Amino acid sequence: MLLNSVSVDELARDEESLKRFLRTLPPVDQVGVEGRAAMLSTRSIKNASKNFAIDLAIRMVDLTTLEGADTPGKVKALCNKAVRPDPTDSTVPHVGAVCVYNDMVSIARAHLDSIGGHDVPVAAVSTAFPSGRASQAVKIQDTKDALDAGAGEIDMVIDRGAFLSGRYGEVFDEIKLIKSLCGEKAHLKVIFETGELVTYDNVRKASFMAMLAGADFIKTSTGKVAPAATPPVVLVMLEAVRDFHIMTGRKVGVKPAGGIRTTKDAIKQLVLVNETAGEEWLSPNLFRIGASALLNDLLMQRMKMRDGRYSSSNYVTLD
Amino acid sequence: MARIDVLKTYKLYINGAFPRGESGRVYEVKDSKGAFLANPCQASRKDLREAVVAARAAQNGWVSATAYLRGQILYRAAEMMQARKSEFVDAIIALEGKSPKAASDEVDSAIDTWVWYAGWSDKVSTIAGSTNQVSGPFYNFTIPEAVGVVTIFAEAKSTLLSLVSSIGAAISTGNTCIVIAAEKAPLTAITLAEVLATSDLPHGVVNILTGKSAELVSWVGSHMDIDAVDVSGLTKKQEADVRLEGAENLKRIHRFTEVRSAQRILSFVENKTVWHPIGI
Repeated sequence: MLLNSVSVDELARDEESLKRFLRTLPPVDQVGVEGRAAMLSTRSIKNASKNFAIDLAIRMVDLTTLEGADTPGKVKALCNKAVRPDPTDSTVPHVGAVCVYNDMVSIARAHLDSIGGHDVPVAAVSTAFPSGRASQAVKIQDTKDALDAGAGEIDMVIDRGAFLSGRYGEVFDEIKLIKSLCGEKAHLKVIFETGELVTYDNVRKASFMAMLAGADFIKTSTGKVAPAATPPVVLVMLEAVRDFHIMTGRKVGVKPAGGIRTTKDAIKQLVLVNETAGEEWLSPNLFRIGASALLNDLLMQRMKMRDGRYSSSNYVTLD
Repeated sequence: MARIDVLKTYKLYINGAFPRGESGRVYEVKDSKGAFLANPCQASRKDLREAVVAARAAQNGWVSATAYLRGQILYRAAEMMQARKSEFVDAIIALEGKSPKAASDEVDSAIDTWVWYAGWSDKVSTIAGSTNQVSGPFYNFTIPEAVGVVTIFAEAKSTLLSLVSSIGAAISTGNTCIVIAAEKAPLTAITLAEVLATSDLPHGVVNILTGKSAELVSWVGSHMDIDAVDVSGLTKKQEADVRLEGAENLKRIHRFTEVRSAQRILSFVENKTVWHPIGI
């Protein structure tokens, strides 16, 4: 389907060539992709695999709080949880990252460093999250603020209005611009808000466009719009990532976010990863799960696997 | 042409829905004369797990409703039971071998007992609560509050009456419950589920499982999200198992014999004492 030797720069030389390339992408077979996602989510997972999957999923969680009511205290509590998810069990690994709003980045970074969480990066949502409705100057400043405050990862939203109107060049340039600001300092995750893109074809187009523009990760959703990270959408994105790797040799990560609340949901995602992008993607470097409630369920399932008795939310923290 | 009967599929009742069991197993129930009667679902530990999740999720809303409203909803359930009386009577005659008159009397008594427990919902705190005299400038109150999620092992004798008294006593104060129906006589419990599903009761407040209680005993005992167990339908040996496992999270475990008894209600409440400074 895709050629091995295409030059990435050549594909996106200007808006015309980008559009031409996106038009050549084959359309997604909706029935097929939904069927495949449904089939893969019926896999039976045996106990040894489940233990592995739970710990892997914990390492992949981007522990998130994105609420208007966030306070420094709440963010610090979240950081504590990120470093030591279960205070009663030191064998639980730390999570992938902490994901907060821009103004909380410095608080999170300082607190993580003070409790020995140097390995846990802070991800900041950026470019007028969640809507992406602001001038470019504001988006640039938004990103710079986060980087200056110590963000190791930038979760930017694309301008869905521009994308849906077919102004791909505009969206592409914006991703490229933010990527250049991030430079070597921070990883860039590009949020599509798949619930607003409507079709799987759009998800595939957006995935390739973001990867061409230099995204390190492509991310489904802000968590503010439903539906969010449904298995078929994640499958389409994983296929895009796999094809892009074949095409250019560059590995791009995927981050589903929104609606993944239970261990079962998380394990279904891991099955999709393994069966689509491959084993190499079963790592926090290439797959993350944006979540808040999920971590508690993972911990409760971990207790169940350890103690043989069903646990209760009384034994995990409230947030 | 002879008409083909539409036979009933007996299913579980979890979170307001009627799912088949997760494991897909069924078991045979015979009537009092030994003839085949039904193939209800044989619930697995995973069905129990789902039921506990549903009961836990429903508990906050149920206990936060006013006691008056809880009483009204329970009364509504009694109305629905009355409407389905004949179905209960048939099940009791078939399963327990009672005469039509005795079965009819039992259903009447069960409906009255349900209303009796409905009436208790807004009276418990008056009877069991208190204002206490303390030597300091404080108002001091003791208020009974629901313990949380109760699991009920239903009795095999007078199934409807015992179900009604176990469930009524548990939920009138704001508990939610999981009922494990009597293994050999689950049909009244299934009909009761259909009554509760049509009586404004929020989903998850009552969940009803059918199957072999012996295989669920230790899972109920060890489940950390179950706060109390009504072991009336278990043997002494099984009760001991529940007590042993249940010690881990200090479950309240009780066995009852009386049908209408305030003690049944008070067994599943915790007393909260509040110290309030006078003059503030």
